[in-house]
Amino acid sequence: MIFIDKRKSKVQGVAQVVEHNSPTMGDHLPEITNNSSENSDRITTHAQSIQPSKLSILLSILNFGPSLILLLLIAMLSLTSPYFLTPRNISNILAQTAVISVVAMGQQLVILTRGIDLSVGSNLALASVLGALSFHAGAPAALVIAVMIVSGAAVGAVNGGFYVFGRLPHPFIITLATLSIAKGLALQLAEGRAIPGMPPEISALGTDALGGLPGSVFVVLAVAAAFFVVTRTMVWGRWIYAVGGRPDAALRMGIPVSWVLVSTYVVSGTCAGIGAVILAGRTDAGSPLFGNLLELDTIAAVIIGGASFLGGRGHLGNALIGALMIGVIRNALNLLNVNIFFQLIVIGVVIVIAVEGDVLRNRLEGRVRVLQAGKQS
Amino acid sequence: MSATPSPLHRHGSDADRPVLSVTGATKRFGSVLALSGIDVTVRRGEILCLLGDNGAGKSTLIKCISGVHHLDSGSIEIGGVVTPMRSPAEARAAGIETVYQDLALFDNLTPAQNFFAGREIAGPQWLPRGLRFLNQRRMDAETASLLANLKVKLPRNDAVVAMMSGGQRQAIAVARSTVFARKVVILDEPTAALGLRESRQVLDLVARLRDQGNAVILITHNMEHVIELADRAVVLRQGRKVGELIPTPDNKQQLVAMIVGA
Repeated sequence: MIFIDKRKSKVQGVAQVVEHNSPTMGDHLPEITNNSSENSDRITTHAQSIQPSKLSILLSILNFGPSLILLLLIAMLSLTSPYFLTPRNISNILAQTAVISVVAMGQQLVILTRGIDLSVGSNLALASVLGALSFHAGAPAALVIAVMIVSGAAVGAVNGGFYVFGRLPHPFIITLATLSIAKGLALQLAEGRAIPGMPPEISALGTDALGGLPGSVFVVLAVAAAFFVVTRTMVWGRWIYAVGGRPDAALRMGIPVSWVLVSTYVVSGTCAGIGAVILAGRTDAGSPLFGNLLELDTIAAVIIGGASFLGGRGHLGNALIGALMIGVIRNALNLLNVNIFFQLIVIGVVIVIAVEGDVLRNRLEGRVRVLQAGKQS
Repeated sequence: MSATPSPLHRHGSDADRPVLSVTGATKRFGSVLALSGIDVTVRRGEILCLLGDNGAGKSTLIKCISGVHHLDSGSIEIGGVVTPMRSPAEARAAGIETVYQDLALFDNLTPAQNFFAGREIAGPQWLPRGLRFLNQRRMDAETASLLANLKVKLPRNDAVVAMMSGGQRQAIAVARSTVFARKVVILDEPTAALGLRESRQVLDLVARLRDQGNAVILITHNMEHVIELADRAVVLRQGRKVGELIPTPDNKQQLVAMIVGA
């Protein structure tokens, strides 16, 4: 008969599991019963091989994995190196990860929408150079900060604008292009050299502030607080998750997808601008060579922190934990006198582990879903 | 668009007037005539089944009604007023909700977040929509009461949709459509991917939608469902309307004949 639906999805197979033991089978729809029995048998055995309680324990371990690993790392290092857990070193780690943390939070929003922003490093370099130039042109500190942040946001707007309204299939290429353009502009404007000198208000970010912590830590906390409010309590934050979860559905539900996408790139760019302020403060200079490989560090931080590269899943805690983990790993390898080139290898390996963790999590959740359908009967 | 869904105020006095009437709907895709002069009406508290073989034009017709496609000629009237559907948002604003085969659920969000995606309850009103603060508690409460009202049971109301079974997901998608559908709910093969028991639950849900006074357009290939649920059935073949009748067990063969054109 032509009315038998030929679609055999996994879901249907799952639902059939329920029906196999059901006495009412065949009462309503005799046509469908014959079309997925072997399918369902396979899924039955598959699903029963793991207990649901074990599954959920595994899942929560995966979800808290990054924080656990960070704590473990810290515990291990405090035992192996006498210098690690000193206030001086902790403050040092926090200062060094401040830039990655802030920029990674922006990157996190972009990745939530299934995107990527490769331009953050060059964007930061350009912003720092423009800041240094404006300082030398006599601008006060507030204006210098504004120049850097606006410059970052502007590059972000170019990224988002071309990606969305230029109808590009993926943000990879446009952010790759602005990576090159911003870097070139920065090198050109600074004539290839670092430009020393920043207003004292900005330099203060690099020196110790409250409680022995560097001023930049408080910038990170302020940005994190702002992100928390936006992503947790505001409609816009919900839209970001919706767009990342299912872009076509978001469009059908009347969410202004284009503007949500553009906004995430603007925010990512703005974070690069804020990162420029922090780095310029720490080094008392603006330089076209700032932010080298920062795109790698920030993407790594987001992924290591446990956010999904497939979009829609993750929160700012992931970016912060990931950034800290990178900072701690680098610091540890320095303290343990490991070759600096080896750091790159270690970070790369950690990324691979994190991504596989994400894949494993998705698979486990699929199994939970299967069990869920089974339990319904 | 009303932000406070209340299924109870839908029983209007205009029960007999068609809430949706499509007249002379014609749509071409290049040289293919997908729809040719189709007339369809739906009333409140009625389930209209749209039947036809693959490629008969069912999906094109509902896409025109829900604003995804635009009619080349013909008109769509909502409550007697001609309403051009230029976008899905416009159709939704006119009170038409569509549950697509792919459900359009956000796997990474909870049922409540899915229900209100794009229509969040938030304030204060003077802020631009995106910058308002979510009233999550109210959205959760309204979702819970709606799910209870439709007798949809979920393992956990606060878990993400990704963790739910096919039937539960379908139920969530159908329930979501009723939150905002003030006029018409369109369901595109809601039981296609479901097993028997889950199909049963969704069919019961569809019947409840009708009982609450919604006008329902149901696309399905399953004749048992048609005979059980449909108040009327419209049969399309190759873009034309080839018949309209009240399905009963006795005229099942006639319906089948109309669909296949034998």
